[in-house]
Amino acid sequence: MTYDSRSELYQEVIIEHNKNPKNFRKISDTTHQAEGYNPLCGDHLQVYLRLEGPDGPIEDIAFEGDGCAISKASASLMTTSLKGKRLQEVDILFDQFHRLIKGDLDPEKSPHILGKLSVFSGIWHFPARVKCASLCWHTMKGALQNVKTVSTE
Amino acid sequence: MALAQYDINDSMTTDIKEIREDFPNLHVQVHGKPLVYLDNAATTFKPRPVIEAMAGYYQKYTSNVHRGIHELSEKATVAYETSRDKVRELINARESREIIFTRGTTESINLVAYSYGRHFLNKGDEILISEMEHHSNIVPWQILCEEKGCVLKIVPFNDLGELCYDEFERLLTSKTKLVSIVYVSNSLGTINPVHKIIQAAHQHHALVLVDAAQAVGHGPVDVQALDCDFLVFSGHKLFGPTGIGILYGKAEWLERMPPFHGGGDMISSVTFAKTTYAVLPYKFEAGTPNVAGAIGLGAAIDYVRSIGFDTITTQEKSLLAYGTKALQSVNGLRFIGTAKEKTAILSFILPGVHPHDIGTLVNEEGIAIRTGHHCTQPVMQHFGVPATSRASLAFYNTTEEIDRLVGALHKVREVFP
Repeated sequence: MTYDSRSELYQEVIIEHNKNPKNFRKISDTTHQAEGYNPLCGDHLQVYLRLEGPDGPIEDIAFEGDGCAISKASASLMTTSLKGKRLQEVDILFDQFHRLIKGDLDPEKSPHILGKLSVFSGIWHFPARVKCASLCWHTMKGALQNVKTVSTE
Repeated sequence: MALAQYDINDSMTTDIKEIREDFPNLHVQVHGKPLVYLDNAATTFKPRPVIEAMAGYYQKYTSNVHRGIHELSEKATVAYETSRDKVRELINARESREIIFTRGTTESINLVAYSYGRHFLNKGDEILISEMEHHSNIVPWQILCEEKGCVLKIVPFNDLGELCYDEFERLLTSKTKLVSIVYVSNSLGTINPVHKIIQAAHQHHALVLVDAAQAVGHGPVDVQALDCDFLVFSGHKLFGPTGIGILYGKAEWLERMPPFHGGGDMISSVTFAKTTYAVLPYKFEAGTPNVAGAIGLGAAIDYVRSIGFDTITTQEKSLLAYGTKALQSVNGLRFIGTAKEKTAILSFILPGVHPHDIGTLVNEEGIAIRTGHHCTQPVMQHFGVPATSRASLAFYNTTEEIDRLVGALHKVREVFP
């Protein structure tokens, strides 16, 4: 079975977020931040967070870095999805997003709170590209756990 | 111009069609389309005689080498040692004992760094490498330098991807003990003036290791004419199997170097009081070697020589000229590596499109190219890019295949205007 990346992967939302990423900037007064790196492909990004309290909500979240369209769009969409969320919701989204990109959550069949993030539902057909979408999420999680550098293998 | 150049080779096109029949892997489908394999710098396909030689060993005379009295072991030993002699002939080494079988280029370099480097280099000694080295010709020396207090010096290259020879001469001093240099760059295609480098290094009494991984199989390599002290390469980039590689070393150095690995087959006698080591080349071949790999490599060398380097280099030069011209029709495409002397490696970037997105989109057209840093991160840093896309050609590739790549890149431009 083969999949067409233009309908499954490079959808308009992704192309648009790659071209004009949201929250693509630095935050100076962060409460949490981490660097994410994929040594295999060289993707590199910084995720910045400012939380209002220990459990959130996320007052501001942004990223900077260099990567493919998938990684950039994923980071952009992640920031728009997480802004204003409490850490409990962040955990739920992290879990659902991971099941989504691994093909374990079908957004049309299972209940979820992914919203726009479900645009990545086809990525599991491209196993080599799953890490492109997940790097920013691991980096965000690392930042919240006070890990400075996150590396995917 | 490139098109016209190809037209004169009409007769060759027919020959290439025949040659392609020798490579079963060229005839598979990817995403429902005939595969276009343009990742030959990563690994080359194997012709039928290589596959058959390896299957023959496993089907008819599986056995260990240098150990048995029985018929099969004798046969395997002869085949294994015949391959060693074929390697000797290919690179024109003086003696077969100067040919050491390893797992590949990486292990060969590590062997020299470990065995030569740890015993003959001292604090303050300098090792010279270039900015365009593969990580396998950087990291072993960094490890050595850290351990022994040696100093690693880097010869830069210019924006065409050509080694700055003046800088090399400037960095070459009486402190330089070893120069380890790539013959053909895997990410730029640059052919380095290794003969000149070796002569200059020898004047300063420095030894030279040549990383010939991307050179053998694409043109003749003569270690006596080069006068290199070590030369390393892998079987799998020479149309042979993975897991087998070569370290050539001048006997005068190999004799004086201590073993790399200890174990069976590398000893002359063992007692708990004292062990004496085997003679060359066995001193460096501890344990059961990759017998099938060596036999496959021997068959690959026979195959390459039957095609002939004249045909191989003519075809690859013609493909390089055609590809260089054809890829320029893609809007914004910029080549990374435009040395005057280069092999059929076309590294490029498309502004605004990450190489991994290019890789995914062309893969859907059945085209295999490499995208990433090609294990040469310093090269990427030089050009200020995170990665490149690379089409690397072999003599069995065709202009039609290059046209398919160009067509696929135009489609990439539709997705990322």
